[in-house]
Amino acid sequence: MNKLLSGAALAAAMVSSMLLGTAAYAQSKDTLTLGMTLEPPHLDPTAGAAAAIDEVVYANLFEGLTRIDENGVVRPQLAESWTVSGDGLSYSFNLKRGVTFHDGSAFDASDVVFSFDRARAADSVNAQKQLFAAIDKVEAVDPHTVRIILSRPEGGLLFNLGWGDAVIVAPETAHANKSQPVGTGPFAFVRWVKGDRVELKARDAAQPIQTVTFRFVPDPSAQIAALKAGDLDAVSNLNAPEAVIAFQADANFEVAVGSTEGETIIAMNNARPPFDDIRVRRAIAHAIDRKAIIDGAMFGFGTPIGTHFAPHNPAYVELTGTYPHDPDKARALLAEAGQSNLKLTLKLPPPTYARRGGEIIAAQLKAVGIEAEITPVEWAQWLEQVFRGTDYDLTIVSHTEPFDIGIYARDKYYFNYDSSTLKAVMARLNETGDPDARRALVGQVQKIITDDSVNVYLFQLAKLGVWRKGLEGMWRNSPVQANDVTGVRWK
Amino acid sequence: MLTYIVRRLFVLLATLVVASAAIFLVLEVLPGDPALVILGTEARDDTLAALRAQMGLDRPALVRYLAWIGGLATGVTGISHTYAVPISQLIGERLAVTLPLALISLALSTAIAVPLGMFAATRRGRPGDYGVMGFSQVGMAIPNFWFAILSILVFAVALGWFPAAGFPGWDAGPGPALWALVLPAFSLALPEAAILARVTRTAVLETLGADYVRTARAKGLAERRVLWGHVLRNALVPMTTILGLQFAFLLAGSIVVENVFALPGLGRLIFQAVSQRDLVVVRDVVLLLVAAVVIVNFLVDLAYTAVDPRASKPGHGRAG
Repeated sequence: MNKLLSGAALAAAMVSSMLLGTAAYAQSKDTLTLGMTLEPPHLDPTAGAAAAIDEVVYANLFEGLTRIDENGVVRPQLAESWTVSGDGLSYSFNLKRGVTFHDGSAFDASDVVFSFDRARAADSVNAQKQLFAAIDKVEAVDPHTVRIILSRPEGGLLFNLGWGDAVIVAPETAHANKSQPVGTGPFAFVRWVKGDRVELKARDAAQPIQTVTFRFVPDPSAQIAALKAGDLDAVSNLNAPEAVIAFQADANFEVAVGSTEGETIIAMNNARPPFDDIRVRRAIAHAIDRKAIIDGAMFGFGTPIGTHFAPHNPAYVELTGTYPHDPDKARALLAEAGQSNLKLTLKLPPPTYARRGGEIIAAQLKAVGIEAEITPVEWAQWLEQVFRGTDYDLTIVSHTEPFDIGIYARDKYYFNYDSSTLKAVMARLNETGDPDARRALVGQVQKIITDDSVNVYLFQLAKLGVWRKGLEGMWRNSPVQANDVTGVRWK
Repeated sequence: MLTYIVRRLFVLLATLVVASAAIFLVLEVLPGDPALVILGTEARDDTLAALRAQMGLDRPALVRYLAWIGGLATGVTGISHTYAVPISQLIGERLAVTLPLALISLALSTAIAVPLGMFAATRRGRPGDYGVMGFSQVGMAIPNFWFAILSILVFAVALGWFPAAGFPGWDAGPGPALWALVLPAFSLALPEAAILARVTRTAVLETLGADYVRTARAKGLAERRVLWGHVLRNALVPMTTILGLQFAFLLAGSIVVENVFALPGLGRLIFQAVSQRDLVVVRDVVLLLVAAVVIVNFLVDLAYTAVDPRASKPGHGRAG
């Protein structure tokens, strides 16, 4: 019996080593199969908020005047260079020459004017229309020069134009970009087998990767199996932190733990009692043990934050010590505020950080005498009830937009924070172009919201990339939601 | 017989109309604004309004319902809000995966369960019987998604015989496409086979004690011919009932299994469409599933009359 078993094991080992051999051979080729959790609803980045759209098309298929690189820095793309007028109200862009769209038509200033006018139009369905809010006029000076006139200074304009929502599309093909995207990027659209994969092909034979396939595998355990079986070369963000440790120990794979722009917070409905009392908000902050949440829900992956800002950004201010985990202090603050036997709801959207983190948070709140009733909600429900309707007490969510601290100055934003001090600082920030002055102001904003304990700041979401050894140039961090494969190659 | 069929067809049609109204109503009250899901957190009110108008959501509910039903009656489906292609095309592509998957599973479960059930029945109370009943118990207890993951780990990851996930498409040739369906089909078939084996055993045991079986044996028929010719035919009625019911379970089970195996089937489509609030797709797919179940039940009823002609006469219940 033993002999038989070891014989079978040997045969299995031989088969698998043969298969591994062929897989290793395949790697020296010029194809890349990337696994994604969610399938994009369509492929037009200017007509939807779904991150999966940018994760396929950003930098690969569509390009903007500027782009954001792996480290979050603004780089020239379709615009080679630019000049800004002294008052900060006029931007002049020199466009790259000799660029064509995938359908062969030439790219020039009229395409830029068309793209931005379309995004700003009254019937625009651009999910990030506010990116263009400061733009008064876009004009073609000549075929290779575009001037953008602003109605008010916008310090972040060059960054804004690097978003996927601001890519340049052609007037002839824009209407069909949802299913037949035509851009200026190094990769052109080949086919979309709905529910399974999108295939892109390099336009230039010198591109190290000639064919990219984005495969949509919804289940994390299926992604893991597909990686191990060689069906996938890479998963740029594995949705299962518990499995990452196993991949770290596997010599066939490389694991990259990088940063994202996702500030994960417990949002509090500041306008609704008892959260209109700062003592209650501070009590909740003291009740929370970040480390226990990061370890318990994310298997240790995630950087603690003390404010609504990304730790990898040079302007980040370290404030995690403001409200140390202290249940006694939390109880004292609650007693001072006259609150006892608090019963709250905690609405949890689907992501792992929320569902797993929510249970730990409910337990931590219980330790200071707060009863948090957990209510799982779908994204669609969360958007309508929590985000638009502000019908909630507490919720957990990750704010994944880059540089989104400006939401604290908005009126009627879902956590209903209203501070004239903060709004004044924010207004100054928007009018300031000098980098050092901007950094100081951003630091001030971070301190104000932490001091007001608007929300409980938990941790920065980690990006858990897993790919086969030998694959180079994959993004480790994700300053924008993208899978830029233009610089990827097999060793 | 003919009036029976006409009567049943009429009931079938009425069921579909009632179902369509129910589906529409449920989706109307479902929380979650489709335009908001598409545009996300940074959407402005004017952009949302523009998109709602583009999707036709600004029209009254009754108008939209009548437009939907009118369209279906004339064979025209709408355009998916998210994929921006005709829904009929989407469903067609997805059916090309789910229908073969369901049929293969059905065939597999029947091929496994019927011989096993008969084997157990003829060895009642002996080790073979206990073996089959043990298999059945385990098979019913194992959730299909768990079995799916287990089979991926064994046959795709460790042995490398099958792809771990995904579907190459029929244009890659029937070989690779069918190969990709083997593990999912087994995962779907196992629990169904377990139930069907149990039902087969019970039905065969019941008929084994019947007078005509004794007569058949008494006139000297070989045991095999008694079993396959007389016993099985009479045991078919309860088995067909279960098979018909199982077809509905297979369609429901495909939602789970297609997600585990990342198959671009109908189950995956409806799962995605619900979470993205692509409600025009959801209502068409749900109505199609309702229609499939109702039609299969109708066919099962017709099959009874083929198996047992008394079933079409009034005063006789289903199981005769």
